[in-house]
Amino acid sequence: MLRILNKIWKTGLITEDLPAGADPVLEQVGAQLREGIARQFQGSLAIRQVDAGSCNGCELEIHALNNGYYDIERFGVHFVASPRHADLLLVTGPVSVHMESALRRTWEATPEPRLVVAAGDCAACGGEFGCSYASRGAVSNVLPVDAVIPGCPPSPLKLMQGILQILET
Amino acid sequence: MSHFDWLSELLARYQDEHILVRRGSATALAPAHLLELDPEDWGRAAQVAAGYACRWAGVWAEPRNEDFVITAALAREGDHLLLRTRVPLSAPLLPSHTPYFPGADRMERHAQDMCGLVFSDHPDPRRWSRHNRWAPDSYPLRKDFAVDSAPLPAEPETDYAYIQTQGAGAYEIPVGPVHAGIIEPGHFRFQAVGETVLNLEQRLGYVHKGIEKIAEGRDAAGLAKLAGRISGDSTVHHAWAACMAMERAARLTPPPRAQALRAVLAERERIANHLGDIGAICNDVAFAFAFQQFGRLRELWLRDNAACSGHRLLMDCVIPGGVAADPTPEQIARLRGAVDPLRRELAELYPILDDHPSLEDRLATTGILAPEIAQRLGTVGYVGKASGQDIDLRRDHPYAPYDRLHVTSPLFTTGDVEARLKVRVQEILDALDLLVTLLDTLPGGPVNVPWQAPAGGGEGLGLVEGWRGEILSYVRFGGDGRVTRFFPRDPSWFSWPALEQLIHGNIVPDFPVCNKSVNGSYSGHDL
Ligand code: SF4
Repeated sequence: MLRILNKIWKTGLITEDLPAGADPVLEQVGAQLREGIARQFQGSLAIRQVDAGSCNGCELEIHALNNGYYDIERFGVHFVASPRHADLLLVTGPVSVHMESALRRTWEATPEPRLVVAAGDCAACGGEFGCSYASRGAVSNVLPVDAVIPGCPPSPLKLMQGILQILET
Repeated sequence: MSHFDWLSELLARYQDEHILVRRGSATALAPAHLLELDPEDWGRAAQVAAGYACRWAGVWAEPRNEDFVITAALAREGDHLLLRTRVPLSAPLLPSHTPYFPGADRMERHAQDMCGLVFSDHPDPRRWSRHNRWAPDSYPLRKDFAVDSAPLPAEPETDYAYIQTQGAGAYEIPVGPVHAGIIEPGHFRFQAVGETVLNLEQRLGYVHKGIEKIAEGRDAAGLAKLAGRISGDSTVHHAWAACMAMERAARLTPPPRAQALRAVLAERERIANHLGDIGAICNDVAFAFAFQQFGRLRELWLRDNAACSGHRLLMDCVIPGGVAADPTPEQIARLRGAVDPLRRELAELYPILDDHPSLEDRLATTGILAPEIAQRLGTVGYVGKASGQDIDLRRDHPYAPYDRLHVTSPLFTTGDVEARLKVRVQEILDALDLLVTLLDTLPGGPVNVPWQAPAGGGEGLGLVEGWRGEILSYVRFGGDGRVTRFFPRDPSWFSWPALEQLIHGNIVPDFPVCNKSVNGSYSGHDL
């Protein structure tokens, strides 16, 4: 126990401030955002992440949002287990045809007003996989998308800046 | 011990069984040995190999003109043996390997769904990689199937015949495909009584993205990019395996500096994933301290990746012919300088994991994979090493630069979550030692050679020890220098069935930690 406390004490607080004056991260901001829907969630944004066909690279970086350096919860942003508790769906991957109906049902289970953010190049435009017999490509081919965070994968900092910019839009 | 000194005994057994080897070659798909067989002997050849303690390592098919060419991989003592046969497209029937190698089950069904090949005595008639979006009689890997064929309407898959349980108190828990966390999608169906799991059935294929099909027609650089996105956590290893296959097809050898830098990237990938997994396993038994500490170390490690390669996960660093960029002396110094601080941190953290009774209470004897089952399934990587399968390509059949390094590999036989954790713990330390040697003896010279597609086509096999275990990658080029067949076999093909086995008799609440300890790739398996 003492060793644990000692290590915690030695590690200290590692959470970093957001860099000031960040460039806009979001692309393709949709009407819902322009109407300021997201501002209603200010202070508490519940995110349901949906992997709709990703290579898992995007998930690794979304995971990192919860490590001590980014600690996205300090901004009132938390990941929830059920779409029924979510304000925002953070969707990754090109939408594989086998995930298409599950993605749509997850969206239907999310109460309105609900936002959809496509994270990563695959979700933005199909990425390396594009559209094929097995892939519907961009998330916007399946659901109305409110904003896009590009990158392959987007870094945790870009993801965090993107999510926070949504709240300010 | 030299390579393939077991092969003559297998060939003698084939002769005793009147299995005719029509042609053999030690060079066509080197370092593997290739044997061509008649289709009638396909099943018996596997039966004899199973009786001779060979490991089954994969199967893939390719329509060529009027035939299917089918290739299966076997392994023993670090050497790979490829069996190959042909059947006409008009009568694509072949005996199954599954009766002798249960690990072949899903990959054969994948080949059935993708190519329309029929394994006549396969014990499971159900589809696998196909759900309900393309017709049962159309096969994506046939040459007449258009890559952009319109899918059938999107409906949930409701007609897959899951195993049923009946009896007083028995109930089912369906989970997924969308899971309650930041994880990849797949469906798990538990049958349980009280808290105890009677049976787990997996349904995968949800993230099938047509990787094998969209690989066709790509050039070498395009294939390397795609291979780096088969499984995002294995981007270096999958790209390396694919590039190795392409380079062997083209008879091209990357320069020594490139080979050493590939291993630096690969060992860094191994360490990053193991750090993340150790934290996540601890988190699944509510030991948040370790989750935060190992998450912190992983983050620092990824930042060094970004500073030295331009990419946190190291995507697109491995290219055909070598690596994309030559690190500056400062970058190499930074990579070398990251080793000792991590060692010091681990020297503080590992003893805490070791003497934490509540951790041991949850991890020891949980999710046991018996060595016999691991062997029968062909399990490799940390899942295999935790269950007595002493397999590591870097040591057993070293490829450059491991041929000049001393590679050690941990081995346990208890097969529980704790053993799978301990393999990772040790592999990080071993990888750090390798990094020191690699960085201290980095050869000079160029970091790549210009890519030259094999004139007139050609095929090659890539084999690397990924962080999850052995990755096998097959590539064939057509005469135009474009890919005509790509099959990347992730080790997850064998660890997913292992998870179904090791969960028996455990309690439902221990499933997350069992699953995390195996950490199969969905994307790498679903393709
Ligand atoms: S954007 Fe890149 S990291 Fe994300 S799912 Fe696509 S290929 Fe993987």
